Amino acid sequence: MKKLSHISILSAVLATSVALTGCAGTSNSSGGSNTSGGGQQSTDQSSASGGGATDGGVIKIATQTPLSGNQSSLGDAIKTGAEYALNLRKEEFKKLGFDIQLFPQDDQADPKIGVSNAEMLISNPDVYGVVGHLNSGVAIPSSVKYEEGNLVMVSPANTAVKLTEEGKKTVHRICARDDAQGPKAAMYAKNTLGVKTAFIIHDKTAYGQGLSDQVKLQFEKDGVQILGYEGITQGEKDYSAVLNQVTAKNPDIIFFGGLYPEGGILVKQAREKGYKGYFMGGDGLDSSDMIKIAGDAVEGVVFTSVAGDVTQTEEGKKWAEEYKKATNKPLETYSVYGFDSMNVILNGVMEAIKANGGKKPTREQVLEAVHKTKDFQGQFTKVTFDEKGDNVNADVFIYKYDKDKSTFVGKAE
Amino acid sequence: MLNILPQVLVDGLTLGFMYAVVALGYTMVYGILEFINFAHGEIFMVGAFVGTEVLLISDSLGALEGMNPFVALFLTLIIAMVLTGALGVGIERIAYRPLRGAPRLVPLISAIGVSFLLQDLVRFTEALARNEFYLNSPTLFTGSISLGSIASIPTKGLIVIVIAIVMMIALTLFVNKTKWGIAMRAVAQDQSTASLMTINVDKVIMLTFLIGSSLGGATGVLFAQNYGTIDPYIGFILGLKAFTAAVLGGIGNLRGAMVGGVLLGLLESLSGAFMGPLTNGAFGAEYKDVFAFSILILVLLFKPEGLFGEAVKEKV
Repeated sequence: MKKLSHISILSAVLATSVALTGCAGTSNSSGGSNTSGGGQQSTDQSSASGGGATDGGVIKIATQTPLSGNQSSLGDAIKTGAEYALNLRKEEFKKLGFDIQLFPQDDQADPKIGVSNAEMLISNPDVYGVVGHLNSGVAIPSSVKYEEGNLVMVSPANTAVKLTEEGKKTVHRICARDDAQGPKAAMYAKNTLGVKTAFIIHDKTAYGQGLSDQVKLQFEKDGVQILGYEGITQGEKDYSAVLNQVTAKNPDIIFFGGLYPEGGILVKQAREKGYKGYFMGGDGLDSSDMIKIAGDAVEGVVFTSVAGDVTQTEEGKKWAEEYKKATNKPLETYSVYGFDSMNVILNGVMEAIKANGGKKPTREQVLEAVHKTKDFQGQFTKVTFDEKGDNVNADVFIYKYDKDKSTFVGKAE
Repeated sequence: MLNILPQVLVDGLTLGFMYAVVALGYTMVYGILEFINFAHGEIFMVGAFVGTEVLLISDSLGALEGMNPFVALFLTLIIAMVLTGALGVGIERIAYRPLRGAPRLVPLISAIGVSFLLQDLVRFTEALARNEFYLNSPTLFTGSISLGSIASIPTKGLIVIVIAIVMMIALTLFVNKTKWGIAMRAVAQDQSTASLMTINVDKVIMLTFLIGSSLGGATGVLFAQNYGTIDPYIGFILGLKAFTAAVLGGIGNLRGAMVGGVLLGLLESLSGAFMGPLTNGAFGAEYKDVFAFSILILVLLFKPEGLFGEAVKEKV
């Protein structure tokens, strides 16, 4: 009972403040929509909007990432990065008479939740864009809804090829696609590591085999000899059968298309069998658990990733410091991607406002403006969208494992 | 290509002996109850976790420093065997005994339920205690014995083989020479007649679960030692293959399980290593299971009772 009365007091306060905002805001129907979807999440935001009198209205940019569950650290990083970007530009929009607000949603890394959140977002007229998702499996079904509502989506992290291949106009991403990783990885192996022979192993999954196929294609193009192309079964712990083939042929590099539970065991067992060459994989090997599984054998393992390390430049380091100070949260790889995605959307909104003569634009106008983004230099990525919504400037990065951590090597070229 | 043959054989034997000991657990229970204990793979997994935890904890306490690795392994095996043996008996008491008169499928479903329960229980407790459920076992034996230039056997692989053989011999002696072993064989042949001969059938069944489960748990410890990494789902694939090995040898037959396990391990290892080169890449190592299971189907087509199914009368 006590709890219930608290909630009712809270909601009474909330309702009053919303009503006040409604009175202050003259032109727009923001008062009503504040209550429609926000729930308790928007409590502090609605009270904040009560303070700043804006006549243009409220513009909400949503984030859709897992904020609970075991992927929440990544999802929260995207949200926090986006929030940081938005807060930095609040004043800029206020001058034009608009109140921009973050509208964070928790998709729980679950396609069903993602879609129902997306439905809620498109039915809210104040929402002008979405930064999200973390998981391609959630982004793809949710994007169907965004397309229905003409709501522009800019993804910081989805690499699945299918996402932008479905021809949805609203879908954009600033990171690279999965199919960029394979060719770049093969080029790096050939040009920088100087390998002449390769043995390719994959885990028979769409991700692993797809990646391996592309590496194989590129190797064949570049004249690297393929000594073997074999699949392993996920979940097994004994890969000696395949590795005996490898040691017999002694290739310069083993390329593994798959994830760290198998990759860690593979490299460990390969080293136990006396294999001395390179071991390389895709971003499936990017996990601190890789080190735990492979033990000492992890040293020297090279992998590609579509996510780069912002702290590699002086300017990036400075940004990271400010980010940590302002948000009081640790810097994750995806923080800066959330930040850049938000800025891409905000730029689009800004363009659309200008094009609309300073009045609140329509979603279609924002979508057009975002879609036209060209040579936008974000904090970390340079963004130019092509027809499909892929970022033509997206890079693939190379990392290498030391004994106890992975270190950034550079862009794969 | 043939220069890797000794290495392939050694790897196949290591894997095969592990299959064989786990297969014993399936075949013993089947011999007595004519029921397939699908939770047995999970008991193997629990054994791997118990053993690894014992080693991890004693390592963090510094108890492994200076201890003879053989002594450490022996103690770990004992602890794991006692705990998994007790677990097996407990499962029988709670999940199987109340269903003994029920239709065949009912205890089978119960076994599948137990196996899910064990998987997630281990995942849950490990995640709570260590915040992750991939465990890496400290390696007790690191060296390897080289056989000239042709092959090198890692010491841990050799230990797996030796311990597996010792366990098999001990089990055979137990079943054939002791009073309890004879009682087990009697119950396997005819439960009601055995009970008329003042054999306590319930106790014999408990004993069967105790022995089968502790053998499975011990194999789990060996597995963790040999491959280093374990997770709560290792029991599924290995259990399935061990069950296959038991069927290949003739389920219900001890010698059959041993031979079937070793044979399956060798087949897998050989086909994994040589099928790719022999077929010029058309059938790679990913077909090793297909090959091994095709052999199983062939054997069962011509000898449905398995390799040793009828030749030996004793069933336990």
